[in-house]
Amino acid sequence: MREITYAEAKVEALRDVMRADRRVCLIGSYFLGLSPRRVLLEDIRKEFPGRVFDPPISEGGVCGLAVGAAMAGLRPIVDVTTASFLFHGFPQVINEAANVRYMSGGQLSAPVVFHILHGLRGGGAAQHSHSPQAMLWNTPGLEIALPASPRDVKGLLAEAVHSDNPTIVVDHARLFEVKGEVPEELFSIPFGRAEVKRNGRDVTIVASSLMVQRALEAAGTAVAEGIDAEVVDLRTLVPLDKQTVLTSIAKTGRLVVVDECHRSCGVAAEIAALAAEEGFSQLKAPVKRVATLDVPVPFSQPLERYIEPTAEKILATIREIMR
Amino acid sequence: MLRLLRTMWTIRAFEEKVSELFGRREVHGLLHLSIGQEAVAAGACAALRTTDRVVSGHRPHGHAIAKGVDIASLFAELAGRETGCCRGKGGSMHLAAPTTGFVTATGIVGGNVALALGVAFACKEREKQEVAAVFFGDGAGQSGAFHESLNIAALWKLPLLFICENNGYAEFTPLSAHTPISQLARHAETYGIPSATVDGNDVLAVRTAISDAAARARAGGGPSFIECMTYRLRGHYEGDPAKYRELSELSDWKTKDPIRRFAATLVKKGTCTHEQMRAVEAEARASVEAAAQKASTGAWPSVDEVTTLVYAG
Repeated sequence: MREITYAEAKVEALRDVMRADRRVCLIGSYFLGLSPRRVLLEDIRKEFPGRVFDPPISEGGVCGLAVGAAMAGLRPIVDVTTASFLFHGFPQVINEAANVRYMSGGQLSAPVVFHILHGLRGGGAAQHSHSPQAMLWNTPGLEIALPASPRDVKGLLAEAVHSDNPTIVVDHARLFEVKGEVPEELFSIPFGRAEVKRNGRDVTIVASSLMVQRALEAAGTAVAEGIDAEVVDLRTLVPLDKQTVLTSIAKTGRLVVVDECHRSCGVAAEIAALAAEEGFSQLKAPVKRVATLDVPVPFSQPLERYIEPTAEKILATIREIMR
Repeated sequence: MLRLLRTMWTIRAFEEKVSELFGRREVHGLLHLSIGQEAVAAGACAALRTTDRVVSGHRPHGHAIAKGVDIASLFAELAGRETGCCRGKGGSMHLAAPTTGFVTATGIVGGNVALALGVAFACKEREKQEVAAVFFGDGAGQSGAFHESLNIAALWKLPLLFICENNGYAEFTPLSAHTPISQLARHAETYGIPSATVDGNDVLAVRTAISDAAARARAGGGPSFIECMTYRLRGHYEGDPAKYRELSELSDWKTKDPIRRFAATLVKKGTCTHEQMRAVEAEARASVEAAAQKASTGAWPSVDEVTTLVYAG
């Protein structure tokens, strides 16, 4: 199969879902952030005149517009760009999109996709580096997908558009240059299916988004030390594939959760709770978390690097749990 | 003409009955009544087509009734019954009946304006001759969502009618405590949106203004802002002692009661008789009684329902 970059796969997904469904429109168009590859999006603009909208900087209005348009029959994909800006759209995402189906007794749905770029980006500092997926996870009614490979971004983005639920696609700009095999045709990856990205028998590393790549890097290095790590990519938080996580824990008996959210009440905390509640008897050692420190994200490079969940930190934690 | 009167009486009778049931604890929760503001809902919806879409806010009963939502299903919703329009999951502030064109109400002041923006966007994208209308109070005019929505609606020429019910109070404080502007239609000027400020207790004036705005939207002229000056004769919510306003103010506005005023006009013009007027009121009250009765016998939702409809499928 051909190999393409993550950025190319993502743009291909947007193009293909727009070709397949006239109800799909793009509101905002920085799906590749400030990456030089963002020129790829120009092809979409050319192919679909009138279906790509450049809104003013009004996240509340734009997110509300997309929810309302979805309720009225369209399938908008909103690019909120940097995840930190989603907080300006939170009223519409949390209070409206997540609730309309339930509050209306099933009469309404809001099949909207909100796209955000999360995480540490190098100099984004405290207001351009958020990872809000755990905050979002605390809101019933939303689906949350976090691709970590070129194949997954294509399949998960397509599924997000097909879904009748409001979905947040939580992406990471540091994935754009990753290369991998991607089918040419449009395909969907069903939500709620984690993927074992690397088989191993000694320790389970559960991760999502960019942290999957970091976990794979750490697992690769650990081989030289005789440690065989399994890497489970959650792919979606909602719905959550508990079974794949628990099966892996049953196999290895050890769990390290890697997460770019801040440590307290992050994604890692919830996965650790799952292991404690439903996998406790399988555990040979206490669960370990590798997450971003509980501080606002600092600007200075050495400080930012210090708080980041790196492959080195994951490796150190694997060594510790194997002791 | 009698249709307008009937709609207003139905809203009044409905809300008086709701208030009574609330007093007897047969309905619970946060209830915001629009008694005194009926002319806005009735006049506006009379100028809209069945296929036009309405979004409302936390004071939505009148808008839902005027758009044609079945009052028995509304009562049942307020009473938390399975037979409610939202199966008891929404309640007073979150009424929805999209098949009637009443898309939804939402409890977040200003949030509804942004949702309506999207409904209007969909109307435009689908190239139908439909318009969207959103009802909101003067309190919403100070929210970011309101201003963002005005700007985008104007920028993209969306077929959206901003219908402001300026009742002078944002929750418990007068508008003057919230903004130095006394008429919110002035905000429309900033964004280049045609606007009108009308007597919101004059049902015909409201209908004419909305009718003009809807025609402009259908012709591709974009949004309009119609500010209806009115007054709520009850507190912000049921149980609000409303000590923040003078009794003289209240009694002044009672003399401008939109229903009695319209009825008097019709009689004066010879359009109908006193007896016909009274008959309209009596019919409205009877239909409300029947609907309330029907709702009270509706089943409570089963707790098995609590986990359904969070997600599709």
